[in-house]
Amino acid sequence: MDDTRTLRFFNRGPSPVARLVFFSVLSVLLLFVDSRYQYLESTRKVLAVMIYPFQRLTALPGEAIGSVAVYFETQERLLAENAQLRQQHDADAAQLSQLQAIQAENAQLRVLMDLKQRVDYPMQMAEIVYVERDIFKRKLFVDKGSQANVLPGQVVVDDFGVVGQITRTYPWLSEVTLVTDKDHSVPIQNQRSGLRAVVFGSGDINEMALRYMPVSADIVEGDVLVTSGIDGTYPPDLPVAKVTRVERDPAYPFARITCAPLAGVDRHRALMIVSGLPVLPERPATVETTTEPEGAKKRLKRRKP
Amino acid sequence: MSNGFAKDQEFLLPASTGFIAFSLFVAVMLNWLPWHGWALALRPDFVALVLLYWCTHKPHRVGIGIAWLVGIFADVADASLFGQHALAYTVLAFGGIVLHRRVQMFDLRQQSMHVFPLLLLSYGAYAAVHWQVRGFVAWEYFLGAVVSALLWTPMTLLLQALRRPRRDPNEL
Repeated sequence: MDDTRTLRFFNRGPSPVARLVFFSVLSVLLLFVDSRYQYLESTRKVLAVMIYPFQRLTALPGEAIGSVAVYFETQERLLAENAQLRQQHDADAAQLSQLQAIQAENAQLRVLMDLKQRVDYPMQMAEIVYVERDIFKRKLFVDKGSQANVLPGQVVVDDFGVVGQITRTYPWLSEVTLVTDKDHSVPIQNQRSGLRAVVFGSGDINEMALRYMPVSADIVEGDVLVTSGIDGTYPPDLPVAKVTRVERDPAYPFARITCAPLAGVDRHRALMIVSGLPVLPERPATVETTTEPEGAKKRLKRRKP
Repeated sequence: MSNGFAKDQEFLLPASTGFIAFSLFVAVMLNWLPWHGWALALRPDFVALVLLYWCTHKPHRVGIGIAWLVGIFADVADASLFGQHALAYTVLAFGGIVLHRRVQMFDLRQQSMHVFPLLLLSYGAYAAVHWQVRGFVAWEYFLGAVVSALLWTPMTLLLQALRRPRRDPNEL
């Protein structure tokens, strides 16, 4: 009668506590491996292919509402939009002809000055499948993957500016980390003054920060920041952000500069993947192999979003 | 609401494996809908709710192992770290199994009060992992736990209704 343990008539396997410990340790182990190493990428790809049809299925209601909305679009609105686009096209065409003349001139000047020729970057259209579903992250998925030769590290732009960077590819999908993702950094150049800096994402969808700029830095509100292209990842001269507020408090060593990203992910569904990464000159062969490249590799890895 | 109804004393069809799988599938689909902006912050975690329902009502059918497996798929779909959702759902399922006898003694309103801390714990596990890896926490994320707890009553009613026999068993 002293024994108050519950009698176990049926063997139900390990107790809940044992299971909790087992699966928690398994999860923590997976978390550790996934955050430090790349071993699980292939497993992730296999699972992603398995759930891909269901993911497309969930996007269907939104697409259906969109197509119904297109069906009920009024004629006046379409006509107005058409007229506006025509006007825009005329203006652009005029500018484009100027641009061609200037490009030709520039190429000639570069030949004369013996500089490296600028390259055009081939672009690939992609459509947003769905936007971030995790509140902590600024990510979205587009419908082109490794089957369409999309590579991690490529840059995604829309018609206003840089949207983000491809960080992971699946066969038919790829994951884009937005420039506004927390601590995502883009090397930029102030279009007005030519000042180079790095702009960081803030985690908020319409805010970015220009950190570590001295109080005396030549930046005013309304400046447009374009990619500088010196990192070898982002092609040069793509608009990234616009400065919205500059606070210069002499009590702090750095000015507090807030920017707004120019590209809008909630505006349209079509994006462009800039495919041609600039070809860098070959790395000179190094003799010492053990310590230095390992350190450089680690630093690169940590900078990746 | 009659108490007997909430206490799971009415005759319910035995939950078939197919029905459990289907309910989890629907919950996953609801989670994967393209929520964004404020709707994303307020989005209840349907998968957590359905898992918790089965863990409290059929603890020998749906347990920690299934919760973990569902979590792994959620991790792939959300592009979160492997094990992040899995850990959160494991903690949730454990809470549900430990409290399953207790929860069934109360009516639905009181059940929600039991479910809320469990959901908060699971949300906390997810946020803690994120905080460890990336170093910040978005506090509006926890609003989802409140909305999920509020949704416990309608979801339980719906699942109970689906498990009730279609025909009167006394009719000849």
